[in-house]
Formats: sequence, structure tokens, C-alpha cells
Amino acid sequence: MGRYFAIRIGRAALTIVLVVTFAFVVLRLSGDPALMILGPEAPPEVLAAFRKAWGLDDPIWFQYLDYFGAIAKGELGRSMRDGRPAIELVLERIPATLALTLPAFAFKVALGVPAGIYAALHRGSGIDRAVMMTAVAGFTVPSFVLALLLVLVFAVQLGWLPSGGQDSWRHAILPIATLSLGGAAVLARFTRSAMLEVLGQPYIRTASAKGMPWRRVVTSHALPNAAIPTVTILGFMVGALIAGAVVVESVFAWPGVGRLLVVAVANRDLAVVQCILLLVAMTMVTSNLIVDFLYGFLDPRLRAKGAHA
Amino acid sequence: MSPLVSIAGLSVAFSGVPVLRGVDLALGKGEALGLVGESGSGKSVTWLAALGLLPRHAKVSGSVRLDGREILGAPAAELDQVRGGRVAMIFQDPASALNPVLTIRKQLCEALALHRDLQGNAVKAEARRLLDLVGIPDAGRRLEAYPHEFSGGQVQRIMIAMALAGNPDLLIADEPTTALDATIQAQILELLSTVRREMGMAMVLISHDLGVVAENCDRVAVMYAGRIVEQAPSNQLFADPVHPYAQGLIGALPPLDGPRRRLTAIPGTVPDPAMMPDGCAFAPRCTLASESCGHTAPSLAPIADGRTVACIRAEASRRALLGIAAE
Repeated sequence: MGRYFAIRIGRAALTIVLVVTFAFVVLRLSGDPALMILGPEAPPEVLAAFRKAWGLDDPIWFQYLDYFGAIAKGELGRSMRDGRPAIELVLERIPATLALTLPAFAFKVALGVPAGIYAALHRGSGIDRAVMMTAVAGFTVPSFVLALLLVLVFAVQLGWLPSGGQDSWRHAILPIATLSLGGAAVLARFTRSAMLEVLGQPYIRTASAKGMPWRRVVTSHALPNAAIPTVTILGFMVGALIAGAVVVESVFAWPGVGRLLVVAVANRDLAVVQCILLLVAMTMVTSNLIVDFLYGFLDPRLRAKGAHA
Repeated sequence: MSPLVSIAGLSVAFSGVPVLRGVDLALGKGEALGLVGESGSGKSVTWLAALGLLPRHAKVSGSVRLDGREILGAPAAELDQVRGGRVAMIFQDPASALNPVLTIRKQLCEALALHRDLQGNAVKAEARRLLDLVGIPDAGRRLEAYPHEFSGGQVQRIMIAMALAGNPDLLIADEPTTALDATIQAQILELLSTVRREMGMAMVLISHDLGVVAENCDRVAVMYAGRIVEQAPSNQLFADPVHPYAQGLIGALPPLDGPRRRLTAIPGTVPDPAMMPDGCAFAPRCTLASESCGHTAPSLAPIADGRTVACIRAEASRRALLGIAAE
């Protein structure tokens, strides 16, 4: 068991290093922050001074080592735009993002999981088909289209809700709805197929052959097995809590981490982008670790494998 | 004596395709009946249908009586009492027949709680006794284990323990040894016949292994393409099969004694259930078939005491077997 997790934690750390390295290299190859921030009309000596001040004229491997050295000391750099520590800029945006993603996560689970279970138990029924059609629509329609559609109906046509901004709780309704619907659709489909797979297993028939009422067969034999694949997709959703709302925040002018990321990338504000990506990688990896741990809890076969691994 | 179970005209269709086409079968108390036939002949479906275990889209008709009481289409609560309580069932692939995420204790105790009036520690004690009974060593500790921690033979023993939990009057063993090694097969069959004797249970042994059936059953019913084509006491069927299909099955077995002989194979293949011939389903493969075999499907008719055959050429077939020329 200990080794099972040691290996996974090692892999998780490697994933974070790879993500950060990738971001570091791509950002430096894809544009000059000095030009982006000071503008093309800036005199060459000003640009040179800017590059020197931020260490941009050092060789890339030197910058890279420097960057990791700083991380080791707990420094994540400063924003090139206003000189504030990048981590501060990011942290102050997190509550706004969580104000959207946490309720959205709750709605996704509350809508998607029961819908999937219901559809699986009534396979082929009208409700099953309706749930699945909604689900397919829900995850084929990109979130920006859905967002605009909701704005068109509820803000423009009906005038019930504001189309953007962060002044009151009413401003959060449309962004949360956009995030929830797509996620609930994905979750419903996943849960349904996991459930169908389990319901076709011989041990379900065994439970029925024992004389167990169908309702109990579902709750105590089918659901615990169907939970295993469903937890995987839930893990991804937890991992996306910090940065899963980039598009939606942009559409609804919601000042969260996602919008900060878009602005920082556009400006080549290196430290801020790297800081966000590091944070995203860490949440993703952590939630995956939690999922791995839950697998061990849900499936005794994996527990045994871990013990022998 | 009134039969324990009597099945009459049991038919099953999956999305319009008939897989059982009128099965008639009766089973006495404490009797061991073998049900043989090729895969797809409807052996398992017969009992899954009788117990209401088929998926909802299966169309089931006919009658299944348990102690004279109709159970086909009975309310769910009544069926739940029958399943596991009066009629228990064990399946072919033990490895997937137990829930992988629940302990053996949980799965055994569920069956006990459903059908026996036991509380608290008595449930666990009974579970331990059942595991002991089916020969799982160190039963007390092994109760807390998960199915994957047992071998295939052991899991089948646990399945048998679970089936016995409700003190059933009938145990349906659906190919109980097909997925097991030959040595384990013998042990499981031995265990089944021991518990059957001790508990006075009736048993239906579904198998495509004629040897297994011959050794363990009083009576045998042969199924072909969703119908029973012949039933007889075991020794009579194996010594003197009448239906050409039963003859073919037995002719394909190598004799243990006597000179070596060429094994005979039944020509052709089982008809597609969606394209059943009009008359006797076996007629296209039958060497004795006459023109009239293609017109009407023969029904099971008695030919001797305790023997029934569904073949209009039964007499000719018998002569052919005995080597008497048909005049």
C-alpha cells in the first residue's frame, strides 16, 4: 500500500515538473514580453534595459535553472506589468473563480449522477433517450456557445439576469449554469455507461437470484461498482476547479483566475502565467492522487495489487 | 406425487426472435434432473425465465408452477421469496458471479438475512457453518476476504454455500463446473451430490457434458433449438437414446470399453433461431428425416414408462439404432 502511493506521488511530482517546464519553454519561444508590455514603439535601449532587468537576455537554460532555484526558495516571481508578486495576483482571484466552480461542481454532481443512474435503470425508455439527447447536446455544444445562448435568452430577450460582471449573486447565475450544464451532461453519460456495464455483470444476476429486491440490488450491489469509473471523471472535475472556467469567465467578464490567465498570456506576463499553470498542475495532480486513493478504497482488488506491487 | 416444479409451454423471445419454443418439464421433490444440449439450445434460459431473471425486453409466456402455485409473472415480492428461498441458482463462471467489491461475509449474510429468521451473531455463525459445510478451510477468517482472494473452485464452493443459505427445495446448477479444472470439477460435483443428499434438495444440473449428467442425475432431458426433444431416466437414455439428436450426441462420445470405433458427428449446424424450419427443428440435420418431418413440429409424446420423445420417426429411429432394417 505504501509503495503504491510512493510511486504515484513520484509520478505526480514528475508531472508537475514537466508541465512547468513545457510552459516555461513555450512562453519564452512564443514572443518577447518586453515588446508586449512596452509596445513596439519603445526605444531599443528601454527594451534592452527591460530585458536585462527581468533576466530575459540570459540563455534560456540559465533562466530555467534560475526559475527552479527560485521555486525551491518559495518565490514564484513578480508580474512584469505591475511588479507585484505573481502568487499574490493569482491568489486574490481564486475566491472569485471558486464562487463559480464550486457551486457548478455541486450542480454537475447533483444533476448528472442521478440522471445517469436513472437513464441506465430505464434503458431504452423515453426518459433515457431524453437524458441522453440532452447529454449529447450538452457536451457537443462548446461552453462559449452555450454561454452566449444563455445570455441571449436570459439577459437580452427576457432581461431577467445580467449578462456580465460580478456585482451581485445574480451575476453568478448564468456563468454557473453554463459550467453546470456541460459538466452534468458529461457526468450523466459516464454514469449511465458505467451503470449499464455493471448491470450486465453476472454478480447482479446472482444478487437477484438470491431473492434480493431489485432496489437493494441496485443500491448495494450495482452502485458501489459503478462508482469506480465515475470517480475518475469526478477527479478531473475537481482538478478543473481552479482553471476550468477560462472561457466562461471571459464571456461573462468575471474577474477570476481564468481571465487573469487570458490577460497574462496575451501580455506574455511570464511569471503570472507560470504561477497559474503551476497551480493548475498541482490541483490536477492532487485530485488525481485523491482518485487513486479512492480507487483503493472502492475496489479491494486494487488494494491487494497495491499491497503486492 | 405432485411435482415440485412443473413447466408447461414455456416460451421466450428476445426482440421477436424465439429462443424457447414451448418447454414442458416436470421435476419431483428431491429429484436430480440433467438438462443437456448444445450452447444456445435454451437450457439456461429455461430456468432464468422460470425465475424471472431474464432482462425486461425478453418476452416470456407459458406456465411455471412451484408446488402448484404459478410463479411466472408473479409479483416481485413473491418472486423474491422464491428466488434463493425455494429455488436457488448457481452459475457457470464463479469468478464473475460474486460481487468483487463486497466481502464474502456480506454476500453470504445477505442471503441468510433474506430467507432465514436469524439475528446478529447467529447470522455470522450460520455463515461460518455454511463455509465449513462446503469445505472452505479456516472459515471464520476467510469470511472477511473478497472474492478475488479465492481460487475458482473455492468461489464456486462459496456460491454453493450462498445457494444453500435459504434452505432451498431446488438447486439449479447452470454449468457449475464448465469454467473449472478437471480435478476441481470432480470435487464440486461431489460436493453438490453430498449436499443434495443431506438436505434432500432437488437439483437441475445444466450441462453440455453428458458424462457429468450421466453420473449425477436420475433423469435427463435433452434440449435442441429451444425445445425438449427427449427425456428419460439417465441409464435408459444413455443405453438406448430414441431421438435422432440424442442418438447423435451419444454417438459422438467415445466408449470407455469395447473396441475403438469411429466417432460419429452430427452433420450440419444448429438452425438460426430467427430462421427456424417449419417442422421439426432437427429435420435438416437428421439422417432419418422424411418429408412429413418438415411440416409439423412433433410434440413430446410418451413412448414408455417415464420416457417421452418428440419425434414422429421415433419408432424408425429406434430400429435404426438396434440395427433392425425398417421393412
